[in-house]
Amino acid sequence: MSSSNSARTRLHVVSGKGGTGKTTVAAALALALAEQGRRTLLVEVEGRQGIAQLFETEALPYEERRIAIGPGGGEVYALAVDAERALLDYLQMFYKLGGAGRALRRLGAVDFATTIAPGLRDVLLTGKVCEAVRRRPDGGGWAYDAVVMDAPPTGRITRFLGVNDEVAGLARVGPIHHQAQAVMRVLKSAETAVHLVTLLEEMPVQETADGVAELRAAGLPVGSVVVNMVRPPVADGLPPAGDPSGSDADRPVLAAALERAGLRGTTALAGPLLAEGRAYGRRLALEAAQRAELAGLGLPVRELPLLPDGADLAGLYRQARRLRDLEW
Amino acid sequence: MTDVASGGAELSEDTPAAGESPVLAVDPLLDDPGIGIVVCCGAGGVGKTTTAAALGVRAAERGRRVVVLTIDPARRLAQSMGLTELDNVPRPVPGIDRSAGGELFAMMLDMKRTFDEIVEGHADPARARAILDNPFYQSLSAGFAGTQEYMAMEKLGQLAARGEWDLIVVDTPPSRSALDFLDAPQRLGSFLDGRFIRVLMAPAKAGGRAGRKVMSLGMAGLSLFTGTIGKILGTALLRDVQTFVAAMDTMFGGFRARADATYRLLQAPGTAFLVVSAPERDALREAAYFVERLAADRMPLAGMVLNRVHTSGAARLSAERAEAAAEVLDARKNPAPDGMVDHPAGQDAGAGPGAGPGVGSGVGAGVEEDADRFASALLRVHAERMRQITREERMRARFTALHPDVPVAEVAALAEDVHDLAGLRAIGDLLAS
Repeated sequence: MSSSNSARTRLHVVSGKGGTGKTTVAAALALALAEQGRRTLLVEVEGRQGIAQLFETEALPYEERRIAIGPGGGEVYALAVDAERALLDYLQMFYKLGGAGRALRRLGAVDFATTIAPGLRDVLLTGKVCEAVRRRPDGGGWAYDAVVMDAPPTGRITRFLGVNDEVAGLARVGPIHHQAQAVMRVLKSAETAVHLVTLLEEMPVQETADGVAELRAAGLPVGSVVVNMVRPPVADGLPPAGDPSGSDADRPVLAAALERAGLRGTTALAGPLLAEGRAYGRRLALEAAQRAELAGLGLPVRELPLLPDGADLAGLYRQARRLRDLEW
Repeated sequence: MTDVASGGAELSEDTPAAGESPVLAVDPLLDDPGIGIVVCCGAGGVGKTTTAAALGVRAAERGRRVVVLTIDPARRLAQSMGLTELDNVPRPVPGIDRSAGGELFAMMLDMKRTFDEIVEGHADPARARAILDNPFYQSLSAGFAGTQEYMAMEKLGQLAARGEWDLIVVDTPPSRSALDFLDAPQRLGSFLDGRFIRVLMAPAKAGGRAGRKVMSLGMAGLSLFTGTIGKILGTALLRDVQTFVAAMDTMFGGFRARADATYRLLQAPGTAFLVVSAPERDALREAAYFVERLAADRMPLAGMVLNRVHTSGAARLSAERAEAAAEVLDARKNPAPDGMVDHPAGQDAGAGPGAGPGVGSGVGAGVEEDADRFASALLRVHAERMRQITREERMRARFTALHPDVPVAEVAALAEDVHDLAGLRAIGDLLAS
C-alpha cells in the first residue's frame, strides 16, 4: 500500500552513475507501476535506444508507443525523446509554427539549439517530459498516471533538472520564461521524485551521496536510493575479514577437509581457495561499509539482486515484481 | 592437476581467458617515443579515469614526462594524484619515482575556465569583457552536456601545442557520447556555414535594432525568422544571444581551425586510442561501438583495456565440482533427513540415505566439523567465482567474435577501489603483466 504522500508521485526521475544499470531500473519501475494498474510512460532522453534494447524491440520512434501490458491491466508506453523533434513540437505547440520550424532547420537554427547551445537541449528534454506529466486529454484525467524518466547520470542530474531555473533567469519575461517556470514547478513539486541507482562500491556510493546533497541544495525532491546488482551471500561460516583464521596457516587443515569432500590434489587447491575466501571477506566488509554510508543519507534504500545473465527481458520482469510491492 | 579436473568437462585445463585476442603490450606503447597522446575512451563506470591515471604513473616511472588530463574524476582518485582543486593547470604529482628521469603532472578540466581562456586569448579586451559578462555566455560556459567535449578537445590541443610533455594521457568525458568530441569540428562547421548565424547577427550588426526592423531592409525572409526567434526567446534574451554571437563571431573561425587541427593530431600516428571496458554485456557493447566509431573516423586504435576481470588460481576446479564437494561436507555435518544429497565420485560416495557420514564419530570431531564448515564455505565462494568467470568469458567471446584483431590487456578485479599512488602502481603492474 502506498502512503498518501508517495501516491502523489507522478514523475519518477531515475538517475545513477554510469554502469549502475539505471535504464534497467527505470524500465523495471515503469513495469512495476503498470502492474499496480497505473498507466505509465517510460521516457528516455539520451538517444541511446536503451529501452528498445531492453524490451528487445526495434528502435523507438519519437512517438509514445505501448510496449508492455501489466497483469493488472496497466500499460507501459515508451518514448525516446529527440531534442530536435521536441523543438519542432514546441514551436508547433506554442506558436503554431510547423512550417517555420522546417525553415529554421534548413537555416541550421535547430542544429544550433540542439547541439551548439547544449543547455537548450536539456530545456527541450525536460520540457517534453513535463508536458507528458501535465497532459490532460480533453480536460479530463491525466494522460498518464505515472511517468518514469531514464535520466542523465548522477554527475549531471542536478544541472539537467535545474536548467529551467537558469533559463527563467536568462529570459526574464515572455513565453520562455513562463514555460521554464512551469517546468520547474513540476520538477520541484511533491509529484516528482528523483531516484538514484548505485552499486555497493565506493565510487558509485560516493557519487550518490554527492548527488543527493546537490539535489537537496537545488530544492529538487529526492525519492529513494536503489542499490542494484546486489550479490546475494554465497556462503556463511567464513571468518570475518581480518580474522587470523583463513590465513595460509590453515592450509593443511583445509586440505584435509577438501579430502573429506572427495577432492584430490587438495594441497594445491588450498592456497587459491583461501585467497578467494579472503577476497570475498574483504568485499563483504566493503559492502557493509557502503550500506552504512547509504543508510546515513536518510532516504529509503531499495535493493535489487544481480541478474546473473544480465538484464534480459525475463530478468527485467523479475526486477519489476521485486519493485512492485514497494512504495513509490 | 589431472585428477581434480577429471569431472569438470566444461573447463579445460588452464582455460585461456576467452583467448583468441592478441595481447596488448602496454609497456612498449608507453615507452614508444613516437607516441605522444594516449586517449582512453569507454562507457561510464568501467574504470576509465583510473586506467588513465595508472597509465600516467607507469609511463612517468618508466622515464617519460607525462601529463594526465582528467575530466571530472572521483574525489578520492583525484586525491590519489595530489589533485585537490579544479584549477585547470597541470600540477606535478608528488610521490612519483623519478629515478628513470620521468615526471608526472595531472590536471582536471575546468570547462568554464578553459572557455574563458579562449575568449581572453582570442578577443581584444573590450570584446572579451562583453562576452564574459554576457548572461547567455555565462550559462553556456558553465558546462552543459556537450560543452565538456569541446573544451576537452580544446585543452588537449593546448597541452599538445605547449610541447612540454612527452606523453599526454587523456581521459574522455564520462558519457555515452564520449566520442562526440570527434564531431566538434564538423558541428562547428555546419553551424558556421549555416545561414542561421547570419540571421541571428543581422539585427545586431544593423546597430542593435529590434529584429522586426530588418524587414525595412527588404529581407522579408529573414524578418520572419528573427521575428519568430524574438517571439520565442523574448527580446531581452534575443539581444543577449545576438550580442554573444556577434562578439564570438571573430573567434568562431579560430575555434574551428583549432578543432580541425586537434582532430588531425588525433588521427596522426603519434596518437593511440585505448578503449576501456569491463567484461559485462553493456560495457562490451559500448566498447564495440567505440571500436567501430574510431575506425570510421580513421583514428588509431591501440587496443582494449579490459578491467575487473576475475581469475582463479584454482580454475581447474569447476563450479559444479566445487558446489558438489561443498554439499558433501554439509551432509557430513548435517545429515539431510530425506537423504537427497548428491555425492560426486569420491570416498563418501557410499553414504546411504539418512546417514550423514562421519557425524560425531571419533575424537576431534568438533574441530573437523569446523574445518568442514570452513571448507564448504570456501568451495561455495569458489563456485560463485567460477560461474562469474564463465559469464565473463561468454561476454568476451561475443566481443572477440566481432573484433578479433583488437589487442586486449586484462586487469584483474581488485577487491577495493584505488585510493593512492600505490594502488595506481598496482593497476599499472596488472595492465602490463
